[in-house]
Amino acid sequence: MNNFNHYYDSEISRQVISVIVLNEHNVLSRIVGLFSARGYNIDSLTVAPITDSQYSRMTIVTTGDKRVIDQIVKQLNKLIPVLKVNEHKNVIEKDTVLMKFSIDNNLSDIDVIARAYHGSIQNVTDEAIIVSATDSSARIMNFIKVMQKFNPLEVVRSGIVAMER
Amino acid sequence: MKMTGAKMVVESLHQEGVEVVFGYPGGAIMNVYDEIYKQNYFQHILNRHEQASIIAAEGYARATGKVGVSIVTSGPGFTNAVTGLADAYMDSIPLVVISGQVPTTIIGSDGFQEIDAVGISRPCTKHNYLVNRIEDLPRIIKEAFHIASTGRPGPVHVDIPKDITAQVAEFIYPSEINLPTYKPTVNYNKKQLKRAMEAISNAKKPLLYVGGGAVLSNCAFEIRELAKKLNIPAVETLMARGVMGDENPLFFGMLGMHGEFSANMAAHETDLLISLGARFDDRVTGRLDEFASKAKIIHVDIDPTSIAKLVVPDYPIVGDLKITVKAMIEAIDEMEFNDYTNWVELLKDYREKEPLRYIDSNEVIKPQWPIQRVGQLLGAKAIISTDVGQHQMWTAQFYPFSYPRQWITSGGLGTMGFGLPAAMGVARALVGTDKVSINFTGDGSILMNIQELMTCVEYELPVINIVLNNNYLGMVRQWQTMFYENRLSQTDLSAQPNFKMLVEAFGGVGYRVTTKEEFDIALKDAVEKRKPAMIEVVVARHEEVLPMVPNGHALNEMTLIEGGK
Repeated sequence: MNNFNHYYDSEISRQVISVIVLNEHNVLSRIVGLFSARGYNIDSLTVAPITDSQYSRMTIVTTGDKRVIDQIVKQLNKLIPVLKVNEHKNVIEKDTVLMKFSIDNNLSDIDVIARAYHGSIQNVTDEAIIVSATDSSARIMNFIKVMQKFNPLEVVRSGIVAMER
Repeated sequence: MKMTGAKMVVESLHQEGVEVVFGYPGGAIMNVYDEIYKQNYFQHILNRHEQASIIAAEGYARATGKVGVSIVTSGPGFTNAVTGLADAYMDSIPLVVISGQVPTTIIGSDGFQEIDAVGISRPCTKHNYLVNRIEDLPRIIKEAFHIASTGRPGPVHVDIPKDITAQVAEFIYPSEINLPTYKPTVNYNKKQLKRAMEAISNAKKPLLYVGGGAVLSNCAFEIRELAKKLNIPAVETLMARGVMGDENPLFFGMLGMHGEFSANMAAHETDLLISLGARFDDRVTGRLDEFASKAKIIHVDIDPTSIAKLVVPDYPIVGDLKITVKAMIEAIDEMEFNDYTNWVELLKDYREKEPLRYIDSNEVIKPQWPIQRVGQLLGAKAIISTDVGQHQMWTAQFYPFSYPRQWITSGGLGTMGFGLPAAMGVARALVGTDKVSINFTGDGSILMNIQELMTCVEYELPVINIVLNNNYLGMVRQWQTMFYENRLSQTDLSAQPNFKMLVEAFGGVGYRVTTKEEFDIALKDAVEKRKPAMIEVVVARHEEVLPMVPNGHALNEMTLIEGGK
């Protein structure tokens, strides 16, 4: 009986979590270790210091059912250097990609598509150009897919940063 | 005052009121040991293996409720300590463990006896520190004691590089600390408590499910009071043995895999399970979706992650158990409750119909008998430690516990080799009292930390080890018999030392008994001698621990004993 079937059977969904942590050595391994020890997923993780403070913000994208997400949030809160954990409901998310192409491609085609994804050519050498784009995660994945036809030499993604609306 | 890092360690331990440290020296921690040599603040007990140092500190902490302290060196000293840390972590025992580390200038270069200690201890401690600057050292030790002993207690590990213990700086020990990132929720939510109390008042078959948290928060008195005022029956987990007191008319036994019939049936039939400091461990619940399946659940725990980890409660309450139970008692007078007499009577019937029992014999000593016998002869005078296996379950079942912290066992991690060093820590805590530290152990477990007999003898810590010798790794043998068609793979311990000679070689007293009369004489003699002792009891080889809920079964699907007294 225990009316928690809704809890166990809830659907697996994607969740953006931001974690404010003390800047101390080991703190990243505490977070990552927690996820691996308890079998939780990390789809994306970004970290940067918060200006003028002793804290950093980590933005973690994970997947799980409601029970798993609740446990992740509670387990993160339990870590001593964690100040605050936010389970985001309504956020702006941005992901950045850098892509390198051979200079022999049709550069204007590349430029036009990049612009459609809020991107632009960042760097040009004798052999290659580098394009960057910043957009929502889904659109960035689409951008990477579209650009495959220009045979990218290298693709680097930043991971997600997010802010509550 | 300016002083070295090593002296700071000693001064900090003194400031924390530490009276005993268990440890083992080595290269990277030598500066600290030099200061230990010079001081008179605390006793240092030299164990013969770092694992035993940590477990001895645990035994001391479990018996007293104070923070246990252990000091070890880097590399192998630390890796030996890991099992003890993990054991303390699983059972939420407050410890501060200090390890030496290679100098900061060497860290990362695979130096002699270098290991990434904080990397290893991270998943088996509540928190850990690598001290990078001597200025941080006093604060870190202060924080370590604070974190170990507050909220849900646990072990804290402090790794100190050798050059830090040699450097000199001003010693300022913080009188208090404020950690913005660590604020355990101590006070319950009042609305939630009210809802929970209403649920109790509406219940017909409420049951207190008491866990180790009741021991850790020292609230046995309050829980007994709550049960008595409302006439609610109670069951205990392995970790909570002693909280209710076995003579208590509202106590119906330990529940779980080897729990008593009445306790398991109570959990199966209750309509309101009131979990007080328990965590729905798999050894308690059996098949989870059948556990307390007719019940609404109130779950009180200081650790939010314990709540809804395995079972989602209808009434979650995060808070200190003592404070919460006190508030529950206060709320009683303003409310009306059902009469639970019929429910209590039903459990009494269960208990009379299927009491814990075994089939005694006059030809051979049954392993349960010495446990009962010590209970009759020493009762509340003995603090009982155990190792892990069949003897542990029999002790939990058959020893008459009457107060909390009388029962010292490795519950979560199930560490063989726990008993002797833990009982040593207990014996240290009992110095100056007339209580006796008993370790019930098996012929498998006792050999895992046997070197600690030397420590007991050196420091005159009179642990009485009662080895229930069935020449088997008994619990594994039982599973092999029951679930592996009796293929006894690597569990026959016919090759054995002469236990009597073994303990005598260390300077203790030894006995080998094969009859009940001999056992009584040996126990009396061991208690009177007040020396480290070992009583080897030759017991029936093929006895099973019963009742038993086989893995994956519900609690009401117990294998019971047939016949018996």
